[in-house]
Amino acid sequence: MLNGVSYGLLLFMLSSGLTLIFSMMGVLNFAHTSFYMLGAYFAYTLSGLVGFWPALVIAPLLVGAMGALFERYSLRRVHKFGHVPELLVTFGLSYLVLEVVQLVWGRSTVPYGLPEQLQGPLFTLFNTQFPKSRSFIMLVALLMLLSVWLLLTRTRIGLVIQAALKHPQMTEALGHNVPRVFMLVFGGGCALAGLAGVIGGNTYVTEPAMAASVGSIIFVVVVVGGMGSLAGAFLASLLIGVVQTFAVAIDESLASGLQALGVMVSEETFGWPVLKLTVSQVAPILPYLFLVLILIFRPKGLLGTRED
Amino acid sequence: MTTTTASTPGSYYRFKPWNVGRLLVWSLFALLLIVAPLLFTSSLALTMLSQIGYLIIICLSYNMLLGQGGMLSFGHAVYTGLGSFIAIHAMNLAGKGALPIPLVFIPLVGGLAGMLFAVLLGYVTTKKAGTTFAMITLGIGELVASMALMFPEFFGGEGGITTDRVYGGSFFGITFGPAIQVYYLIAVYCFICTAAMFAFTGTPLGRILNAVRDNPERVEFIGYNTQRVRYFAFIIAGFFAGIGGGLAAINFEIITAVDSVSILRSGGYLLFTFLGGATFFFGPIIGAVLLVFASVLLSELTKAWLLYLGLVFLFMVMYAPGGVASLIMMNLRVAKYGKLRALLPSYLGLAGTGLVAMLGAACMVEMTYHLQLNAALGPEMSFLGATLNAKALASWFGSGFVLLTGLGLFELCRREYVRQWGRIQEEIEHEIKRGEAL
Repeated sequence: MLNGVSYGLLLFMLSSGLTLIFSMMGVLNFAHTSFYMLGAYFAYTLSGLVGFWPALVIAPLLVGAMGALFERYSLRRVHKFGHVPELLVTFGLSYLVLEVVQLVWGRSTVPYGLPEQLQGPLFTLFNTQFPKSRSFIMLVALLMLLSVWLLLTRTRIGLVIQAALKHPQMTEALGHNVPRVFMLVFGGGCALAGLAGVIGGNTYVTEPAMAASVGSIIFVVVVVGGMGSLAGAFLASLLIGVVQTFAVAIDESLASGLQALGVMVSEETFGWPVLKLTVSQVAPILPYLFLVLILIFRPKGLLGTRED
Repeated sequence: MTTTTASTPGSYYRFKPWNVGRLLVWSLFALLLIVAPLLFTSSLALTMLSQIGYLIIICLSYNMLLGQGGMLSFGHAVYTGLGSFIAIHAMNLAGKGALPIPLVFIPLVGGLAGMLFAVLLGYVTTKKAGTTFAMITLGIGELVASMALMFPEFFGGEGGITTDRVYGGSFFGITFGPAIQVYYLIAVYCFICTAAMFAFTGTPLGRILNAVRDNPERVEFIGYNTQRVRYFAFIIAGFFAGIGGGLAAINFEIITAVDSVSILRSGGYLLFTFLGGATFFFGPIIGAVLLVFASVLLSELTKAWLLYLGLVFLFMVMYAPGGVASLIMMNLRVAKYGKLRALLPSYLGLAGTGLVAMLGAACMVEMTYHLQLNAALGPEMSFLGATLNAKALASWFGSGFVLLTGLGLFELCRREYVRQWGRIQEEIEHEIKRGEAL
């Protein structure tokens, strides 16, 4: 359960940046998980140089700066062509980042380990140990949720951001530089992804495939939670994290379930390949099934308000 | 969106009862398909031509979504891949004599399969448009890709499924054993499908699909259900994608789930359709040719081809969102008014300086790749006939110098070119206005 929650919170850290960018600029950042990967790799290099804790701060800032630069020099130029080219440009970027990462750090896994303070179990519950690193993820994610929320609702910058989201022209007329606000938001979203990379990279593995492995799941999270809804993303990522973690642990299949109910099932039964699949085998596709179900029964997502 | 000239009435004369210009273009296309294997006879060329043939169908069917419907799909490989699988199972069944289908109709089986899955999955996908549509197709694509690995009985697991295309008796000596016969089968399908898809752009459904792309709200107002229009277009695109998949199955005689339904494959179709040009009907044809050349020749030539591809794609989206096709059409327009000659020197300048800059950049990229991948072979490497020492400062400095010089000169040429281009466009606008006034 706690494993699921911590995985869900990591997903949330990723999807919150994505949601933020999406709700602000209407841009679906396809390269979001590439920034996540960059965060992990930067942290790996930096923690070798200056140690883990400074890297925890520096790496997200670096990633955020790169995101802001990308927005300034590439995305803004494409903005006038519409949403589809914007999506395409981030799609191209994801290719590029993957290649560059493979070029710089090689194609195999890098040994990005946990720092001393986070190794070992935090507590033991029912004979299962809960590692410190997982709880650290949860802590950081909750802190982040709180600070993003406070930033958006309680500070002047947050109010300007919200105003720029609703009425960009009016905000501009009041003397705020809306394109720069957009740049900051994009950079901020990328920095959040980078932060997730820093703490996710050493708990899980740091490898060139890490972007692709969470890539489509966070899109599912964003759609399921409702496009552009931060709270919805929170709920959906927890849900998916927990469901997926549980499903991996269950070694039951439809066939064994039916046998327990007294129905005769054997290899000759129609649809045996489907019946014999265990729940843990099905686990990778559960998020996508969930996506399809949500789209059929509640097209705007769990907590979504936008209908487009 | 088929011809730009159609938008400027008066400059476009329609021959009646035969549209001679169109007839000419199509016969040229057919002639090209027939003659191509006679000119390039090596077996590599033949394989490439066959691949181009079915990729044209796939890219065109993809463009039906992207270019004509404004639907950015990340899951097109689902329909081509499932089409391939059904086609290959049909071939295996027919080989056992359980299913009397001649090989000629196998692609249609694939097409029907693609259509069936498009009917099923498209209902969910086309509920939304725009960005949400893209995300849903991505999700569905992942769903199918991971499901394909869960059913090794049907999808053959990691090893894939093999077949033998020579199962029917020979018909006038045609057994479809030799690659050349398969090529002609693909060519015939390619021609028919291209013609059919071109005809689709002129049907009421095709036109209203353009309208849905441009302004869905207004389409709703005049009484159409945009969701249904998208759904129908999606089904038709799925059909043609399935035909392409079926032809791929015949061509290779092996299909693996890891490769053919993967998201990576969908991304490839998207990339090259866009590079070719999504705004024109013939753009994806260029895209398909580029795809084969890039994946066969470029990947042989350099290990960094994905990096180059990503860079080219990025610049294309930023500076020429209409793809190669739009560049061609823009220059055709200039040529029509007899002004292309004035631009030639600056084109030469651009190409020359651009090449110099690219050479420098490519040297550096290749050296980095060499250091990363072939470290065991020592720092010496050969690039374009020259020997470079990837660890020596001199070669880095040299290629950096070449790159900077190239970039500087390129920028100078570009400024001159932009000025000239703007002036010529103004003159053309002026001439069009004068023509209207007369």
